[in-house]
Amino acid sequence: MADEVILLNFWPSIFGMRTTIALEEKGVKYEYREEEDVINNKTRLLLEMNPVHKKIPVLIHNGKPVCESIVQVQYIDEIWPEKNPFLPKDPYQRAQALFWADFIEKKVCVCGRRVWTTKGEELEAANKEFLELLKILQSELGDKPYFGGDKFGFVDIVLIGFFCWFPAYEKFGNYSMESECSKLMAWGKRCMQRDSVANSLPDPERVIGYVLHLKKLFGLE
Amino acid sequence: MVTGDVKLIGSWASVFVMRARIALNLKSIRYEFLQETYGTKSELLLKSNPVHKKIPVLIHDDKPVCESNIIVQYIDEAWSSYGPSILPSQPYDRAIARFWAAYVDDKWFIALRSILTAGGEEEKKAAIAEVEERTDHLEKAFIECSNGKPFFNGDHIGYLDIALGSFLGWWKVVELDANHILLDETKTPSLFKWAERFCNDPDVKPLMPETAKLAEFARKLFPKPQA
Repeated sequence: MADEVILLNFWPSIFGMRTTIALEEKGVKYEYREEEDVINNKTRLLLEMNPVHKKIPVLIHNGKPVCESIVQVQYIDEIWPEKNPFLPKDPYQRAQALFWADFIEKKVCVCGRRVWTTKGEELEAANKEFLELLKILQSELGDKPYFGGDKFGFVDIVLIGFFCWFPAYEKFGNYSMESECSKLMAWGKRCMQRDSVANSLPDPERVIGYVLHLKKLFGLE
Repeated sequence: MVTGDVKLIGSWASVFVMRARIALNLKSIRYEFLQETYGTKSELLLKSNPVHKKIPVLIHDDKPVCESNIIVQYIDEAWSSYGPSILPSQPYDRAIARFWAAYVDDKWFIALRSILTAGGEEEKKAAIAEVEERTDHLEKAFIECSNGKPFFNGDHIGYLDIALGSFLGWWKVVELDANHILLDETKTPSLFKWAERFCNDPDVKPLMPETAKLAEFARKLFPKPQA
């Protein structure tokens, strides 16, 4: 019996990008459904499938929902284990990968959000912290081609969505990612060579347009 | 069977440390418990967890593992042939367990803690209402996950039981502080009964701190503003 896989998503979401990349890496056929107005008019299916958080992305596999992007990426890796495994087999290496994914989620994403929802001194502090966090990640990457080593994997999938948002961060933070984190930028370009990533990340110009729209919405021009 | 050299840096009062200890108990792993002194961070802690500088840190053959839920998963995988499985066997059940464990930390715990840090009566009331709403979600989660069995994980305690159950000591302390029942036998009967079973589990019982001792510690951690 063929798998039925549906993904409810919203195109600029870094979280949604993780899941589309994961599905594409595994070569899974899925139906992509855009939540056109995810802020003001969530679809009935979204509310039914994610009643707790009412957020995208939602992965629906044979009618059963899986919510939270990092949980989805792990799930996808476990359901389709043969092709392009995301996590190493060794328990210690796996724990390290999960640690950095958690760091990105708890620190980088949270700080990133502050950049779009604050102004003045608070914004300056958020921008500064954001760069510090990226430098910690860059240090962890070191000279490896990917976070996991030679192969594109879990941590790369969790972080790469930010790459199409970097130009927006640069523009509104008034700094250059290339000067601040050149190794991380090189890593991003390397990941973009993969079809799964290139097909999942929107044009950075489109993201900038979205940010302008958000700033207007929240009165943060 | 050789388990290797196992150390755990932690504190008797920490929920997150308890998670790691319960998991080690489940797998019958002997370990050296390195108790941190409140108010200071040991050199070993700073060296083993330079990013967050927080407990718990599991050190297995000199290799550190950080973040409590990650430690629990590591314990399950590193010693997979010892004792029962901590994570469910099916990928979908694992995804559900991970979802709710994240909910416990990101939503439920934040609400519980805000009762202790509430500035005034209004703030406290709002925090209590939030905890009640979120505990209600967990009641439904229990019914869904347990499928008629005694624990979230089924016949014996597992990942999600550990993630939530480790809070039971503090749950009681916050109830006393708020002077308001937060685990209600009539509102969330399944969770209420699960809590009793969890606390009586032989791998949990020796680790659950005494309420009075924890309450005293809470007063130090969350001092009340002078009237």
